[in-house]
Amino acid sequence: MEKKFIDAIVAMEDEKAVEIARQLLGEGIDANRILGNCQTAMEKVGKLFEKGEYFLPELIMSGEILKGITEVIKPGLELGEASDKGEKAGKVVFGTVFGDIHDIGKDIVIFMLETNNFEVVDLGVDVPIARFVEAIREEKPDIVGMSGFLTKTFDAMKVTIAGIEEAGLRKSVKIMIGGGTVTDDVVAYAGADAYGESALDAVNLAKSWTGGK
Amino acid sequence: MNKKLQEKRKRIADAVALQKPDRVPIFLMQNYMPARTEGLTYKDAHYNIDGWIEANRNFVRRYDPDMYFMIDQPNQGDATVHEILGTVSVKWPGGSLSDNLPHQFVEGEYMLQEEYDHFLDDPSDYLLRVFVPRIFSNLKGLAKLPPLKALSLGHLSPNLFGMAIFDPEVAGAMQKLLEMSKPAADFVMKIGAAHAGMLDEGQLYAGGALTVVPFDVISDFLRGMRGAMIDMFQVPDKLIAAMEKFYPLLLGAAVQGATISGNKHVFIALHRGSDGFMSMKQFEKFYWPYLKQMICDLIDAGLTPMPVFEGIYEQRLDYLRELPAGKIIGHFDRSNLQMLQNKLGDVMCVAAGMPVSLLQTGTVETVRQQTKKAIEIFEGKGLIMASSTVLDEAKPELLQAWVDATREFGA
Repeated sequence: MEKKFIDAIVAMEDEKAVEIARQLLGEGIDANRILGNCQTAMEKVGKLFEKGEYFLPELIMSGEILKGITEVIKPGLELGEASDKGEKAGKVVFGTVFGDIHDIGKDIVIFMLETNNFEVVDLGVDVPIARFVEAIREEKPDIVGMSGFLTKTFDAMKVTIAGIEEAGLRKSVKIMIGGGTVTDDVVAYAGADAYGESALDAVNLAKSWTGGK
Repeated sequence: MNKKLQEKRKRIADAVALQKPDRVPIFLMQNYMPARTEGLTYKDAHYNIDGWIEANRNFVRRYDPDMYFMIDQPNQGDATVHEILGTVSVKWPGGSLSDNLPHQFVEGEYMLQEEYDHFLDDPSDYLLRVFVPRIFSNLKGLAKLPPLKALSLGHLSPNLFGMAIFDPEVAGAMQKLLEMSKPAADFVMKIGAAHAGMLDEGQLYAGGALTVVPFDVISDFLRGMRGAMIDMFQVPDKLIAAMEKFYPLLLGAAVQGATISGNKHVFIALHRGSDGFMSMKQFEKFYWPYLKQMICDLIDAGLTPMPVFEGIYEQRLDYLRELPAGKIIGHFDRSNLQMLQNKLGDVMCVAAGMPVSLLQTGTVETVRQQTKKAIEIFEGKGLIMASSTVLDEAKPELLQAWVDATREFGA
């Protein structure tokens, strides 16, 4: 049954997945265990995305299915207990730089980093320099990810990275940049460490920087 | 006709027909760039239309491209109009954005999934009474209008509508519409006159007629990308039915825009069909049939479609080979140039060649090298030199180097 449950999520069968979640609960299966199955399913979705079999619609739909399942199992979840107890591959602070409110690229990369066992702190869009600096201080990430869709963001990335440098934090993090108009040319211009064209590039960069844990 | 204009038209036409023009044409999508070269702000593009037109005129005179594109589409327009309407689906410089940021869409779920039936039953009624009040906060009152079908009661309907319009909220919305009509009409008239004036000077505008494909309408404007993509799984039939409803409207808009503006190039910005966004199977079902139909119908109407393939389209080039040869300008953003030439060299004129990032971060030498390389790949044939996307932040000296290099290597 649990395999069927995971398969239903991976196959994007939303109603079936929610129905099985109800049945599993009825059979006395613990809600946290069901949530664990959801995570397994999401990892499979992530792998299919990496293989180029799944695309944005599947990432979005699987998130939607998960939302439906969470509604059903929420009462039984042990709040406060971390559902994922394993060691993380690394910590990433991520945001769309100031002046830009686009989030699609950022959200895909975060999804993929998370399914690859990275802990991600999402700062959202139009993130001021000070917010990046503060987050680096507080969260002590291994990596900072900066996203931007507008060509205007090349300069925003440059001054954000300069701000991190001024705060004396540049050496403590690796910085990756990406987004609709960003290319390799922008890496040196902005003072970043690397550029990724796709979410998969971001995962590979993150793994290479953290030792591929 | 102005001799310079005649030469430019011939140059572009030769490139479209996959012939070798006298030299490779160059297309500048200047967008917000004239703000910097002419001493204005991005805000002026939205609030100071006379100054903005003047800046663009100076810009095209200075660089003298074979074709240009500036921001003046109806969806931007004068910011006064959006202030009056209380538009929530776009942010603009001088509005809620700072003076030198480009406008940005605020994508949202402005149409809910359960509203497809209303839309499909009566699109105009749905758009006027549900969608419009959501995206224009000062038109909320329109939601209180009776269903438009009530007009079928003919001379029995005025009291019904009269009572509704008597409501202060509805009357207020009507008032806002009247109020915005003057700045909107002024804007359209000024822009029309400006392009006509520039045409007289031998400057060819690439806009005027523009459209989008049905999936992008639903994804960009109505349901949001998230909503549209969930619909692919949950209500695919309704999504397709809605796209079918939109198609004639979108085609009509393009043909009408071309007729009014006298411009045969039809700009089709393509968003959610590119490589990273959807699978090939999804592309085949939800995107390609409508895009292909749109391009073919525009060609049949005697127009030159200019699809803008944003993002990367490398996996989809075989589909593009199904299109009629020598009739299209395909503008490409990040697809590999050599691959484009190999796959599409005998199908469509490619507008591409210059990553806009290089015009911001490169040097005169790297820009010249890139220009030379692009022209060599195409051997000067079936190519319009264009930047990957809008030039907003390009450096003037690098833009000049690019224009000069295109003329030098493309001759």
